[in-house]
Amino acid sequence: MKTVCALLAAAFASAALVTGAFAEEKPVELKKAPGLDKVEANCAACHSLDYIQMNSPFPSAAMWDAEVAKMIKAYGAPIDDADAKDIAAYLKKNYGS
Amino acid sequence: MITRRHLMGSVGAGAALAVTGLKLPFPDDAQAAGAAKEPGLPAGTRSEAVLGALPGKKPLIKLSYRPPNYETPIEYFRTPITPNDAFFVRYHLSDIPEVDANTWKLAIGGDGAEKQAELTFNDLKAMPATEVVAVNQCSGNRRGLFQPHVFGVEWGYGAMGCARWKGVKLKDVLAKAGLKKDVVEIAYGGADGPPFDKTPDFAKSIPSWKALEETTLIAYEMNGAPLPHFNGFPARLIVPGWTGTYWMKHIVSLEARTSPLHNFWMTSAYRVPLGKFPMAARFTTQEAPGATATPITEMVVNSLITSHADGAKVKRGGSLTVGGIAWDGGYGIANVEVSTDGGKTWTAAKLGENLGPYAFRPFSFAFAPKRGANVIVARATNKIGQTQTTELVPNGAGYHHNLPHRVTLNAA
Repeated sequence: MKTVCALLAAAFASAALVTGAFAEEKPVELKKAPGLDKVEANCAACHSLDYIQMNSPFPSAAMWDAEVAKMIKAYGAPIDDADAKDIAAYLKKNYGS
Repeated sequence: MITRRHLMGSVGAGAALAVTGLKLPFPDDAQAAGAAKEPGLPAGTRSEAVLGALPGKKPLIKLSYRPPNYETPIEYFRTPITPNDAFFVRYHLSDIPEVDANTWKLAIGGDGAEKQAELTFNDLKAMPATEVVAVNQCSGNRRGLFQPHVFGVEWGYGAMGCARWKGVKLKDVLAKAGLKKDVVEIAYGGADGPPFDKTPDFAKSIPSWKALEETTLIAYEMNGAPLPHFNGFPARLIVPGWTGTYWMKHIVSLEARTSPLHNFWMTSAYRVPLGKFPMAARFTTQEAPGATATPITEMVVNSLITSHADGAKVKRGGSLTVGGIAWDGGYGIANVEVSTDGGKTWTAAKLGENLGPYAFRPFSFAFAPKRGANVIVARATNKIGQTQTTELVPNGAGYHHNLPHRVTLNAA
C-alpha cells in the first residue's frame, strides 16, 4: 500500500511541476515522533500536511479517530488498518487536546 | 514572484512585510496585518499560515498549499469590489489543470435535456452577455471562529469576495439543449478533480428554479478581466445569493436532471440542520422525508468592520469614522447599526454605494472615541427583516457564522 501512495505522491509531484500550480508548496514540518513516517507516506499523497497543524490542537482523541476514518471512508484514501491506527495515534499524541 | 513569511512567531506580520518589501494596500495602518491575528482561531491555525502569493495573486493568507486555500486579508474589504488578484482561493481537491480557453468545451446534456449540446469558449462569448455584482462567500467562512472548534479549513473572515461578473445567463446556455418539463435539478462539474480516483469528484447541483433565474450566470469575466486561473478560468458558475459551494470553477459540464443528484458533496457535505437558520430559499428536492438536515443555500445576513484592525490605536475625541461592508443572500441590506460601547447601545450607520442586492454594501459611522477601549460592533439587517445572530448556531461543519464582528479601538 505504501508503494501505491509513494507512486501517487511521485505522480502528483510531477503533475505539479507541469502545471506550476503548487510551485508555492513548501515542506511542512510536523513534530518528529513515532508514526510521522506513516503520516508523510499516506496523508501527504492527497493534501499538504499543514491541514494537521491548522486543525490543532483542539481535537479530542475521538475527533482524530473520526477524522482519519473520514479520510478513508468518505474520501477513499487507500490506507491500510495498521497504518491508520499509527496515524491516528500520532495525531492524538502530538496534535490533540 | 513567490514570497512567503511566517505571520506568527518571533517576527510580527508587519515587520515581515517590511522585510520582503511587500505592501498591503494601506501602509498607514500599523495594524494592517490584523487579519493574521484574529482572536478565537484554533491555536495551531496560524502556526503554518504564511502570506503567500500564488501565480497571478497578491500575497494572501495561506491556510493550505495543496489543495490551495488562501484567505483574503480584511484590508481588501475596504471597498465593495474585491480586486481579482486579492480574491480568496478555495479548492477541495488538488488536481487542478491549467485550462486552455481555445480547447475548453462546455457539454450540456442529461436525462432532462431535449438533446445534447456543446459550446466552445467563442460560442459562449458570442451569446448575449449580462453582468451582476455578487458576493462569493465560502459556506465555511469564519469556521475557525466556531466554539467549540470544528474540523475543516480554519478560515478567519476572508473566505469571501465581491466582484462584477460578466457572462451568459445559465438559462440561455441550457436552452441550447432544451429542458424537459420534469427537470428538477441542474447538476454540473469542473475540470479539476481528485488526486486519487477513489476520492469523490466535486460535482454539485442547484434546483432548476435557481438555475433559471436571470442572475445565475456562466461567467467568463471578473471585474472586467478574464477569470484568474485560481478563481475558475476560463468560465465558472455564478449563483448570486448562495454560498460558494455552488459556484463551480472551471465548469465543463451541465446536466439537466429529472432526479436529485446524490453524491458525497450533495448528500453528506454542505448540509445544515433544518429549522435552525433563517432560510427563505430551500433546496427541497435534496431533502429526504423526515430529514433533519438540508443543503446550505443562501448566505445569512452579515457584516464586517474593515476600517480598523482589532486593537488599533486612535485619537481621543474629535470625530472618527469607522466602517465596513454588509451583505446577505440577495434580499438587500436594509440597515446597519453600529455600537461603540460593546453592544449596549446602537445607532444607525450611513449606507454607501448600492451595487445591487447581491453586492457588498458599504457602511460608515462617525463618533468621538473615549479614552481607553472603544469596542465597536456592527449588526446588519436585511430587507426581509433578518438580522445577525446573537448566539452561534452549532453545526458540525461550521457554516453560516454571522455573529456581529467587533473590534477594539484604543484611544489615548
